Amino acid sequence: MWTFIVRRLLQSVIVILGVTLISFIALQIGGDPTYLFVSERATDEEIAMVRRALGFDQPLHIQYLTYLGNVAQGDFGNSLSYRQPAMEIVLGALPATIELTIFAMLFAIVLAIPFGVFAALYRGTAVDGSIMTMAMFGQSVPNFWLGIMMILFFGLYLGWLPISGHVPFLMPLLRGDFVTAFTNLPQTIYYLILPGVAVAFYSLSRNARLVRSSMLEVLGQDYVRTARSKGISEYAVITHHALRNAWLPVVTMIGLEFGFLLGGVVVIETVFSYPGIGRLVFNAINQRDIPLVQASVIVLSVIFIVLNLVVDLVYARIDPRVKL
Amino acid sequence: MTDMASDGLTTLSPQRESNFRRELKRAVRSMVAAKWPVLALVVLGAVLIVAIFGPLLAPLDPNRQNIMLRLAEPMAEGPRGATFWLGSDALGRDVLSRLLYGARISLLVGVCAIFVGGAIGTVAGLVAGYFGGRIDDVFMRLGDIQLAFPFILLAIMFLVVLGPGVVNLILVLGIGQWVTYARIVRAQTLSLREKEFVEAARALGDSTTSIIFRTILPNIVAPLTVIASFNVASVILAEAALSFLGLGVPPEVPTWGSMLAESREQLIANKWWLAVFPGLAIVLTVLSFNIIGDWLRDFLDPRLKERG
Repeated sequence: MWTFIVRRLLQSVIVILGVTLISFIALQIGGDPTYLFVSERATDEEIAMVRRALGFDQPLHIQYLTYLGNVAQGDFGNSLSYRQPAMEIVLGALPATIELTIFAMLFAIVLAIPFGVFAALYRGTAVDGSIMTMAMFGQSVPNFWLGIMMILFFGLYLGWLPISGHVPFLMPLLRGDFVTAFTNLPQTIYYLILPGVAVAFYSLSRNARLVRSSMLEVLGQDYVRTARSKGISEYAVITHHALRNAWLPVVTMIGLEFGFLLGGVVVIETVFSYPGIGRLVFNAINQRDIPLVQASVIVLSVIFIVLNLVVDLVYARIDPRVKL
Repeated sequence: MTDMASDGLTTLSPQRESNFRRELKRAVRSMVAAKWPVLALVVLGAVLIVAIFGPLLAPLDPNRQNIMLRLAEPMAEGPRGATFWLGSDALGRDVLSRLLYGARISLLVGVCAIFVGGAIGTVAGLVAGYFGGRIDDVFMRLGDIQLAFPFILLAIMFLVVLGPGVVNLILVLGIGQWVTYARIVRAQTLSLREKEFVEAARALGDSTTSIIFRTILPNIVAPLTVIASFNVASVILAEAALSFLGLGVPPEVPTWGSMLAESREQLIANKWWLAVFPGLAIVLTVLSFNIIGDWLRDFLDPRLKERG
């Protein structure tokens, strides 16, 4: 067990180093990065000054090591548009993004199981057909367009759900203000429904297909036949014998899922004017605020990598077949 | 012998020719039986025609602004007796014409990115799988690092620095896909490299390059086409998302993603046609690629069909 943990930890460190290297290369690839930090009307002296101040006159390997040292301390420099440390701004927007991602993930996993199971049980019938058609459709719809359509229909036409905004839950919770956090919670969820569904729909569709196919495979196994022949109710056979194995592939995907959802969140937050990292990145892109883009991307990547590590470790614990 | 030919083991023989025709017939029959793939193929054919002949089909100049006729509803009268079949946007440009021009970028970027990613991934996978050892380690670890990074974030970071543009978009999307191809090709190569026909080629004194590209590669083409067709779908989605974020092609080139981005400002005013039509275009195209991919997978590997 310990060797596995140590090996996995080392791997994650290497990957995080890789991420910083890629983001460093991204900065250099367009030529002298100084020009990203100065206005178009800057004079040659100003450019030279900025270049020296940001260390772009140093040899590349020195630049990378300096960059790495700064990143390790959470220092990405000041955001060009906010004039504040980029890291602070990113951390301020992080809780809202985490709320949205977790909500979407729950939605994508919890609903996928009944859909997949029903489709498998009623294989070849209209139930199966409609669930699978829906899933095929779900994998072909751009999430931001789905978001826009839901805004038009549920938000503007029916007027049922709010089309933008966010009520914080995690932020007060982290500050220790439990009363505010939990009085906010119903409103938080209410505001999360539209963006959450838009982010999750693709994953929901993919997971439902995954559950269906692994359920079909499991239902054909001997132990399911044995359970049936023992006269156990069909419900018990499905929940206790079949489902338990059928949803393992979904568990395996949870880590990757999170990263995938984070990618979707970036776009969806823009659609719903949701105050998270995604909208931050979008605005930073439009203002070419490089430090802010880099800080956001690296923070999200590190979260993703750490989560994958945690999922792997947990998975190794719950599935006895994983040899350590 | 016929079996071998269908595996692409013999290079060129009369049997192969007739076999190819038989396979083609089988494919057409299976496609017609499944119904949906036929429809998908028709849709893709239409998109392709629109992408090639868009300028001839478009009723109006997609970039011609007309402030007097802005935000016209679908079917409204346009300039000089023309009709805005799908309405006009905030600058008075014809939505239908922009939609027809947009097909170009989506298909061009989608297909080219697949070629870039597929080519890099296939070569990397062949080399890694055939030689193994350190070179294999290097490629696969690189792939791991890349996959540990949510793709859209990677694309955002590079495009912000490189600036928008068709070539940059194709490169970034293509490089984003290579790992998928490399992994599959590597796994196939690993098992193929021990097969007798590869050993035979080696014994005949074929060069390593020839063994890799002439003996092994043709046997990997089938799974590659399946991944590619699903991949086109996800690359088109990614392109739309990046265009939506303003990282796609320059603003004067109409794309479905950037049309959706522009529609956002008119949502509250309920100008639904600006959002509905470009979105439908994306959905139809991507859905068709997915349906073809699904069918192709079942057709090339019938064992998978059982599992849905």
